[in-house]
Amino acid sequence: MGATTTKIVAVTGNQAVAEALRQLNPDVMPAYPITPSTGIMESFTKFVSDGKVDTETILVESEHSAMSACIGASAAGGRVATATSAQGLALMWEMLHIASGYRLPILMALVNRALSAPLNIHGDHSDGMGMRDCSWIQLFSENAQEAYDNTIMAYRIAEHKDVRLPIAVNMDGFIISHSIESMTFIPDAEVKKFVGDYIAIDPLLDIDHPKSIGALVLPDYYMEHKRAQHEAMLNAKKVISDVSAEFARLFGRKYDLFESYRLEDAEVVLVALNSAAGTIKDEVDRYREKGVKAGLLKPRVFRPFPYEEVGAALKNAKAVCVMDRADSYGGYGPLFMEIASAVQPHRGPVLFNKVYGLGGRDLMPLDVDQLIDETIEVAKTGKAKMVKEYITVRN
Amino acid sequence: MSTPTQETPLTLKALTHKPVHLTGGHRMCSGCGAPTIVRQVLMAIDEPVVIANATGCLEVSTCLFPYTAWQVPWMHSAFENAAATASGIETMYRSLRKQGKLKKEMKFIAFGGDGGTYDIGFQALSGAMERGHQLLYICYDNGAYMNTGIQRSSATPFGADTTTQPVGSKIQGKTQRRKDLTRIMAAHNVAYAAQASPHNWKDLMTKVRKALATNGPAYMGVVSPCNRGWRSQTNDSILLSRLAVDTCYWPLYEVQDGKWTINYDPKDRKKPITEWLKPQGRFKHLFAPGNEALLARFQELVDQDWESLRKLQEMSKS
Ligand SMILES: Cc1ncc(C[n+]2csc(CCOP(=O)(O)OP(=O)(O)O)c2C)c(N)n1
Repeated sequence: MGATTTKIVAVTGNQAVAEALRQLNPDVMPAYPITPSTGIMESFTKFVSDGKVDTETILVESEHSAMSACIGASAAGGRVATATSAQGLALMWEMLHIASGYRLPILMALVNRALSAPLNIHGDHSDGMGMRDCSWIQLFSENAQEAYDNTIMAYRIAEHKDVRLPIAVNMDGFIISHSIESMTFIPDAEVKKFVGDYIAIDPLLDIDHPKSIGALVLPDYYMEHKRAQHEAMLNAKKVISDVSAEFARLFGRKYDLFESYRLEDAEVVLVALNSAAGTIKDEVDRYREKGVKAGLLKPRVFRPFPYEEVGAALKNAKAVCVMDRADSYGGYGPLFMEIASAVQPHRGPVLFNKVYGLGGRDLMPLDVDQLIDETIEVAKTGKAKMVKEYITVRN
Repeated sequence: MSTPTQETPLTLKALTHKPVHLTGGHRMCSGCGAPTIVRQVLMAIDEPVVIANATGCLEVSTCLFPYTAWQVPWMHSAFENAAATASGIETMYRSLRKQGKLKKEMKFIAFGGDGGTYDIGFQALSGAMERGHQLLYICYDNGAYMNTGIQRSSATPFGADTTTQPVGSKIQGKTQRRKDLTRIMAAHNVAYAAQASPHNWKDLMTKVRKALATNGPAYMGVVSPCNRGWRSQTNDSILLSRLAVDTCYWPLYEVQDGKWTINYDPKDRKKPITEWLKPQGRFKHLFAPGNEALLARFQELVDQDWESLRKLQEMSKS
């Protein structure tokens, strides 16, 4: 632990993120309510009403306008944040590409929820995976503490001069957003110091140096813009590592591009994002006690995806079960595709893919045990009976 | 940046000395009403101004990478969201001013075509006006989606030939009457709502000044001839904008503090609508034998709207 005096509190994931946003004190926050992220907006607007932040809110009439207003406000020259879920994110989709295309370091709290249809308000990762190709940095969080810490780190990453891209901090709807956990807040003054002042680059409101933002760009220059975005994403990986290292030094909690849980010598590995990792860790421990070399890899950074590092971490495993809480219908699950790409340069383990937890369906310890058992079997035989399969589902 | 202590008088002599904020060399069609309108708007303003622009002819033709015709801060982000983008810019301005991080006073204007305003941008516009941002939204209304090739919008006049309601053997152009957006904006109880036309530059510029002097959101609809879509002569733009007003198709009026004021009433010199329709190829079919009823219907719609506008003026006097 650092020399910091920290406060242990019992809060929901939404309250934790709202608290982080209060401490970050963005200049403008456009937002629109949607379950399960609404609580962030409600807690934050209370801070506004009580004069605890300098933030001006824009209580827009839709998420499309929320992201449009984020883009206008960020380009104007200040810090901007918003929060949303599922349909709200889907409605923003057009503007997500514009936020990153204009290289605006907007912060989004994304409380993961299933996409319609059928209508469902519960947690899965369909929304987050839908923004995979939007050139946003994507951080995933197992619990309220991680969601809070990722949010505190977000501006430092997004605003770095080698990056300048928008960033989304994900946490699971309801399972995390609405459950109370005990966690630690960093004191206000230390957050303020850690985050620092905003440095605007070519702000629109610099009236003496007029800028045109949002030109029509034809085939002669379009690709250079996109290539620059690609490079910024590559740069983000190092920036995330550096910022996380500084965070660990100051506040004692250590974050990498992904979390390796008993992975060092693991032969049987599960890969999962967000809250499922908590359940999996318990079961990994139980199997370790039984002498099974089980482990977990939990990606924290989904974009930019750390292919080399993940590949190196998995190359000695015998079998890897990749768990997707979203599907790419007619393809493999989105996380599976990344893991397969990461492992591809190595002779590597046998991979297989399970789709679980859609629309908030529970993942029970017993379900995890079955997956570990199957992974042990695959490790033994060197063959997966089915590459992709839905689990905990009626036939 | 010098902020003049006195407003530039709205005289041609004084205005010729004002800097041009939308330079020549842009790629708008010759005879297009939009750049004329934008220049009049920008010339009316002495304070620093920041522009948001919806996707459309004005946007694609004035800022083609790596060039720009804009000499003031300008931002485009998408088609349906000029009002929302401007809301963000204006709110950041207020936030930074409140925190003492920004000193200068600025004005905020959003430009959109009728498609980006009446149709796809309607919700964002309504939201921005309701929230009360300090911004002036100006729709240059050429009566169709011109940038994408003259498709119908809800601002397209009755009977007009467009590429999506083309004149055929069964259908004679647009079958619906146009949406009256200026009145819808007035119904938002905005600080200021008005209609203007580039042929009457003094009226237009006065309205821009009034709009920006109010303490709240403002909306202006400006008729914007488009020779490509209207199938008219490139040198007839100003004439056609004048005729739109003289026929009362596009009355010049303003609404402020619940008071409706018609700024130009032709009275007994009100021209028949055919004078505006005739020079426009998009209405050619209305003059064909057998379509007399459509022409009469067009006149009826104009008369209805004009009469109800006069009533609104009357009623708001008391
Ligand atoms: C969401 C979305 N839908 C459609 C388009 C295609 N589009 C670009 S400009 C335009 C028409 C613009 O019409 P208007 O607003 O009337 O302006 P004008 O071109 O006449 O100046 C359309 C349909 C788009 N850019 N974005």
